[in-house]
Amino acid sequence: MQYTQLTDADVRHMLDTIGVRDIGELFRDIPPSARLDRPLCLPAPLTEMELLADLNRLAGNNTSVDDAVCFLGGGMYDHFIPTVVDALASQSEFVTAYTPYQAEASQGALQAFYEYQTLICMLTGMEVSNASLYEGATAAAEAVLMARAITGRRGVVVSSAVHPHTREVLATYLKELPIDIVVVETLDGRIRPEGLRQAVNDQTAAVLIQTPNVFGCLESLDQFSAIAHGAGAIVIASVDPISCVLLKRPGDLGADIVVGDAQPLGIPMSYGGPSCGFMACREQFMRKMPGRLVGATRDRAGRRAFCLTLQTREQHIRRERATSNICTNQGLLALRVAIYLSAMGRRGLAQVASMCLDKAHYAAQKLSDLSGFELRFQAPFFKEFVVRTTKGVDRVLAHCRSRGIQAGVPLAPWYEDLADSFLVAVTEKRTRAEIDAWAKALSEV
Amino acid sequence: MSNASEKSQGAGLVPAEKLIFEQTTPGACAVSLPVADVPPADLRKVIPQELLAEAPPPLPEIGEQDLVRHYTRLAHRLFSVDGNFYPLGSCTMKYNPKVNERVAALPGFTGLHPLQPEADSQGILELLYQLRYFLAEIAGLAEATLQPCAGAHGEMTGVMIINAYHRSRGEDRPKVLTPDTAHGTNPATCTVCGRFAISVASRPDGRVDLDDLRKKVDEQTAALMITNPNTAGLFDPQIADIAEILHAKGALLYLDGANMNAILGIARPGDFGVDVMHYNTHKTFSTPHGCGGPGAGPVAVREGLQEFLPGPQVVRREDGTYGWAWPGPRSIGRVRSFYGQIGVLIRAYAYIRALGPEGLRQVSEKAVLSANYLAARLREHYRFPFAPPYAHEFIMVPEFREHGVTELDVAKRLIDFAIHPPTMSWPVAHCLMIEPTETESLRTLDGFAETMIRIAEEARTTPEILHHAPHTMPVERLDEVTAARKPDLCWRESTEPAEAADNT
Ligand SMILES: Cc1ncc(COP(=O)(O)O)c(C=O)c1O
Repeated sequence: MQYTQLTDADVRHMLDTIGVRDIGELFRDIPPSARLDRPLCLPAPLTEMELLADLNRLAGNNTSVDDAVCFLGGGMYDHFIPTVVDALASQSEFVTAYTPYQAEASQGALQAFYEYQTLICMLTGMEVSNASLYEGATAAAEAVLMARAITGRRGVVVSSAVHPHTREVLATYLKELPIDIVVVETLDGRIRPEGLRQAVNDQTAAVLIQTPNVFGCLESLDQFSAIAHGAGAIVIASVDPISCVLLKRPGDLGADIVVGDAQPLGIPMSYGGPSCGFMACREQFMRKMPGRLVGATRDRAGRRAFCLTLQTREQHIRRERATSNICTNQGLLALRVAIYLSAMGRRGLAQVASMCLDKAHYAAQKLSDLSGFELRFQAPFFKEFVVRTTKGVDRVLAHCRSRGIQAGVPLAPWYEDLADSFLVAVTEKRTRAEIDAWAKALSEV
Repeated sequence: MSNASEKSQGAGLVPAEKLIFEQTTPGACAVSLPVADVPPADLRKVIPQELLAEAPPPLPEIGEQDLVRHYTRLAHRLFSVDGNFYPLGSCTMKYNPKVNERVAALPGFTGLHPLQPEADSQGILELLYQLRYFLAEIAGLAEATLQPCAGAHGEMTGVMIINAYHRSRGEDRPKVLTPDTAHGTNPATCTVCGRFAISVASRPDGRVDLDDLRKKVDEQTAALMITNPNTAGLFDPQIADIAEILHAKGALLYLDGANMNAILGIARPGDFGVDVMHYNTHKTFSTPHGCGGPGAGPVAVREGLQEFLPGPQVVRREDGTYGWAWPGPRSIGRVRSFYGQIGVLIRAYAYIRALGPEGLRQVSEKAVLSANYLAARLREHYRFPFAPPYAHEFIMVPEFREHGVTELDVAKRLIDFAIHPPTMSWPVAHCLMIEPTETESLRTLDGFAETMIRIAEEARTTPEILHHAPHTMPVERLDEVTAARKPDLCWRESTEPAEAADNT
């Protein structure tokens, strides 16, 4: 295929206008030694029909949630996405525009991002949201850098029940910076106030807590906020945005910066990305925030209008003194999130959250009838929980897979001491029949 | 052009659109959810009282048709590549093929959980493995990682790899050089990676000043981050010398690959001395920009640097199956959760497969041809600080200061002709940076040239038209000063509705 439109006659005319004989002359600044003297070693071009055949083959060589019932979580969830979200987010103006630097020609995107920011503030109980970051783990890492800039301190305290990918990304980001990471261990799936109290000190810039945590357990964010604030540290909460309609919002529990991955809000799992990182904070920290911010203002004629604002924080103005190096963010996914939240609305999202809670607890309840399976932790949970088995995790998961069920995520790769356990997520999409089939498959092992 | 006061936001094809929060109808909902099929959990028993919300947050409530109308109206208040010529320099706003959207949306890709067994993911893994190879081949480098989320994230990954390389040799090199024409993300990346950015001067012809470079490179220098062709649209023919100067001091050469659209299949970074580079798939490989993302920023490295790549890495095992593996103990680690911007990478794969080697080469040939053609057509009407030939983009300066007309005025006036403004005021003061890309027709290029010539004429004869341009949009120029001084970043119930202040 070719996506260019210039004909041979066009090319001739253009070369004549430029005043060169051939296209090669336009590349004369590239010295011969730097040139490639052979064609690239890539497969031959495909027609559209051939391309579709190739991609259909590749897509067909995967087992998707349509083929095997998905109880997998651990950071990505099989939530329902209403058709209207796909339809609206795939409007080609949204898909093919650039970052809305030119406000007059970009009011549609700017208004949508202003609405997104407001929706994220509503969900998190915060005052200011940016217009998205890459995804949940990098958003948490950016929040730690932000807390360091705010406090000028050099330590960060992280719960061991923060998703391992988030902790790994944080370690990568901090490797070359003078910041130390202190990990607080859990007891029965949660961190304890005493543990946190011992870990924080007057050099702690931030405490990073995930709730529900990687095991699905709810942390006592309010208690931990008090401890962190007592030491003058910033509280960063990483949350599941859907849990925020049922549970007290992190902003109401003392968080200063709230981050997370917005994938549950209308974004397909797509094998892990692209999703959308969100970040919201208290107003006093606004000028330390990374990423783009959209503000409401007026135009010359006094009409309400929206524009990118506080850009002096950003790399294109502040260069090496910017709050972050982020430029391209996750615009189209933020738009999806806004559409999803508006489509669901207050009651729809509350219903989704209740269904997750009810179905997860129904599934967990089923374990009590099974021998060789039990809930690993007693802590309260929302839509995800850990199952311990005496029957061998791999064997259990393989058996369920043979019954058309992805029964859970093995925890051995993440936690050595949980080699006998797997993580189970139950969303509103799972029917009672599917949950019963999941329990039956477990019982057969 | 009509007078500003004759218009209000409520006209014609682009009617005024209230915020979604101002359209809320209690009880409305655009979604129907199934009734409960399991017994409800006893909320008070399973969740501690102190963690339970009293009521859900005040999300808007709206029916499906009004929801559709809201976002459709917003879409209509937006310039896009599909609707407008978009010669935004450095951003490569080329056509985004529809077939790529179709294949990326196949349920066999979108419905995959990242932690599902590798055996259930062989199709996507094969695609990623192939793409990993394609990107290494196009770069002329040994191996690529697909993990970074965008160009700036690729830069960060690249500089971390460079840091890890120096550390592995027992060295800590705190300095990174960036030409004065570098994109803002380059120096910002240095800071985020714990390095100091040091600027290297350019010569009057827009190329790196080798004397200044020699002065600044030393044993403390980790790397030079170069963009080539550079942000002024000029290929630096001294590139091999630049690489030699760095390598002689043990420093590495990093390429910001934002401008790869100019050299696909013509020159490969690895062949001109580059050690580490990133791509912007949302530029070079036509994955759509989506109002500012998602993109992807794969990073490729030279032989000897593979062990520092982030993990996990997609691999092909001896039995022919695909899976994930760690590059080794010296890997910089993860730069994001899971594996990458998979939906974006699928589009990049489809683009490369559709075009093949010859097609990719033609992309760059026609991108460069189109840029030079536009430059030739405009050469009499604007000042060109650098001599041709240009790469895939070029810089020109509107010289109408005596008429009080700035580059901003010229750029904003283009909006009235349904053309998106070029990049402005960077990397040369007062310039416009124009990148037509290879996908535009001659008719569109000529239309743009004629419009630019007309605007040059207007600047001399009727400059006031330019000062207040654009005149045809739902809003005119904005009060950005107040926006920054008294930021309003979040709607609140008390925020006055749009009409109240509509003093038109
Ligand atoms: C030269 C250059 N470098 C780096 C970037 C940053 O890339 P991204 O926006 O994908 O992070 C850009 C994009 O605007 C660019 O033009």
